[in-house]
Amino acid sequence: MTRQITLPLDEKTARALRAGDRVEVSGTIWTARDAAHARFFELLDAGKTLPVDLRDQTIYFVGPCPAPPGKVIGSAGPTTSGRMDRYSPRLITECGLRGMIGKGDRNAEVVSAMKRCGAVYFAATGGAGALIARCIKSCEVVAFPDLGPEAVHKLEVEKFPLIVAIDASGKSCYAREVDK
Amino acid sequence: MTRTIAFDAIVETAAELCRRAAVELPPDVLQALREGAARETSETGREFFRQYLENAEIARATQMPLCQDTGFAVYFVEYGDEIRLDRGTIYEALEEGTKQGYRIHHLRKSIDADPLFRRENTATNTPAVVHLTIVKGDRLHITLAPKGGGSENMSRLKMLKPADGRAGVVDFVVSSVVEAGGNPCPPTVVGVGIGGTAEVAMLLAKKALLRPLGTPNPDSDYAALEKEILEKINRSGCGPQGLGGNVTSLAVHINVHACHLASLPVAVNLNCHAARHAEATL
Repeated sequence: MTRQITLPLDEKTARALRAGDRVEVSGTIWTARDAAHARFFELLDAGKTLPVDLRDQTIYFVGPCPAPPGKVIGSAGPTTSGRMDRYSPRLITECGLRGMIGKGDRNAEVVSAMKRCGAVYFAATGGAGALIARCIKSCEVVAFPDLGPEAVHKLEVEKFPLIVAIDASGKSCYAREVDK
Repeated sequence: MTRTIAFDAIVETAAELCRRAAVELPPDVLQALREGAARETSETGREFFRQYLENAEIARATQMPLCQDTGFAVYFVEYGDEIRLDRGTIYEALEEGTKQGYRIHHLRKSIDADPLFRRENTATNTPAVVHLTIVKGDRLHITLAPKGGGSENMSRLKMLKPADGRAGVVDFVVSSVVEAGGNPCPPTVVGVGIGGTAEVAMLLAKKALLRPLGTPNPDSDYAALEKEILEKINRSGCGPQGLGGNVTSLAVHINVHACHLASLPVAVNLNCHAARHAEATL
């Protein structure tokens, strides 16, 4: 069964989501990946405000393709979230980040911050960028345009198909073992 | 005898390969995904397979890339020794073709000029990577295998001891794939290079990704090893996107090379489920 979720998420809604839940998300999300996260940290370290108020907001780890003529955006699937593990805890604890969308597992520090503050990590389907682009209804660069695909974009999405991969209690869908 | 090939014809061919590799899932990969979907027992895993196949249809119909990471442009070129170009070099032609292809077809430019101190996007998706082999004859065969960061970042090389043998190879490859989890967008194609020197082993692993899916190694010992490794990977439970299932990899391809007395190099190079490649002969 697929649950409909409207963004922004408050703490109560985020804490009610369970690992393994299939959801469709609608509303505003913000794109940021390696280079944008590094810039966020430069601003925070300098005591400045971020170009986006992240309180209760959701970041999508993506660097989209350029929009072909007549389209809102190009292909736009998730990138590997693990590269943002060094950044996410501070964004959750200091800036109030509520949701993250990406692919692949997160480390213990991220999960610990998620549990403490009530944040949730969603998995999008890696390698389904053309399908995901159909859920994106508008796209606007809001910060760091010089970063090209790594700029911060504001996206309006409708029924973006996701799985709650790690919930706010720390329960995770990522489990595997090496069969020796 | 020499045969002259126009520089511009290579440029045009390379640009078209960039488009085709980015938007069209090769038939062998499509077939492997359909078979994987039928084998997958997890409900979540089956839903991912459904999305992969729908994504391939949308990409083909709309000419949107299968994946936003349209990759490093990695070319494997077989260059006949009777060829001459009317101007320039094969390297320059592929560079120009890559620039044009990524611009015209709205593919993402993913290359930073410097790895450490000046990570600025070149905005052209160049330089490309070109692996050139000189062969007999007057043909030019170009294969483009664009490589995304998610799967390439999970590459591993280990210089095993000869005494580690078959079991050492199996352990290293299986743990490399399973520990990569959802990062390389499983179900993956697993390229394995065994033997040679360190750099040869990794190139063997990457070339192994080009072998059509469903084709085992012609040597029965290595074919059996491919099968054993694949079964162990798929028993891990990692599954599509690392979120559980019994289809973690679609295939294991092993390529081998002669080896130094003291060495047993093993390299692992992964492709995501959209194992992109396109080729052309001039």
